[in-house]
Amino acid sequence: MTSLSAKDKDTVRAFWAKVPGKEELIGADVLSRMLVVYPQTKTYFSHWKDLSPSSAQVKKHGKTIMAGVGEAVAKMDDLTAGLLNLSQLHAFTLRVDPANFKIISHNLLVVFAITFPKEFTAEVHVSMDKFLARVSYALSEKYR
Amino acid sequence: MVQWTDFERATIKAIFAKIDSAVVGPAALSRCLVVYPWTQRYFGKFGNLFNADAIRSNPNVIAHGKVVLDGLARAVQNLDDIKATYAELSVLHSEKLQVDPDNFKLLADCVSIVVAAQLGKDFTPEVQAAFQKFLAVAVSALGKQYH
Repeated sequence: MTSLSAKDKDTVRAFWAKVPGKEELIGADVLSRMLVVYPQTKTYFSHWKDLSPSSAQVKKHGKTIMAGVGEAVAKMDDLTAGLLNLSQLHAFTLRVDPANFKIISHNLLVVFAITFPKEFTAEVHVSMDKFLARVSYALSEKYR
Repeated sequence: MVQWTDFERATIKAIFAKIDSAVVGPAALSRCLVVYPWTQRYFGKFGNLFNADAIRSNPNVIAHGKVVLDGLARAVQNLDDIKATYAELSVLHSEKLQVDPDNFKLLADCVSIVVAAQLGKDFTPEVQAAFQKFLAVAVSALGKQYH
């Protein structure tokens, strides 16, 4: 697992600066893609009535997820400490199998490519991929 | 044998009718070499892969990107027998090129992202599911002759 270079951090911060205003749209798209393309992830949402992209629950939860990623961007210099509460939530309450972090990360990259086709260059892609891997790692910290 | 729904068949064929392998291929291959730099190990003879710009403008990368996409297009023409279509290619990648099959998934992910950027809103979740299923089948077939 590689650490984030100063260049990676700057790249991620600069790219994330394009997101404000689009959190709900991006978040809902990421979540609905995950539920459709990786149907096994629906098992975590059996308590929801409507899993379609236009459902209020998907939109709201997409926004929640994006806020979490935004928090990670803000706390990039110490993700383990910064995401402690979120890690505890995922480990003890939600008990999401960490393999799913890779799945949601991939879908986030896909939606970035769709939303920002020109700006999501290979250079941005590699820094963002590394960042999301670090976030996933920090989220897994409290699991065992 | 892989079962394809009518939607999946139509979607996969439509995507390949729409994209230009001379554009998507090089974009996907160069992205893979940048995002997963260890994949450069297979392209020692390609010359300058020193940075992202060099990779993108490298004529060998550009030419080979098209070769890879044309290979995927062959699978689209033979959706019901990708395994047989790719038997020789699989042997080539295993015996001659000695590519770790885990790398196929990395390139496939880059193809997904490049196609997503190209198709924009048309790359709906359902289209993504069909396309990624196709790529997974191609990747699996390419690994079949390894031993």
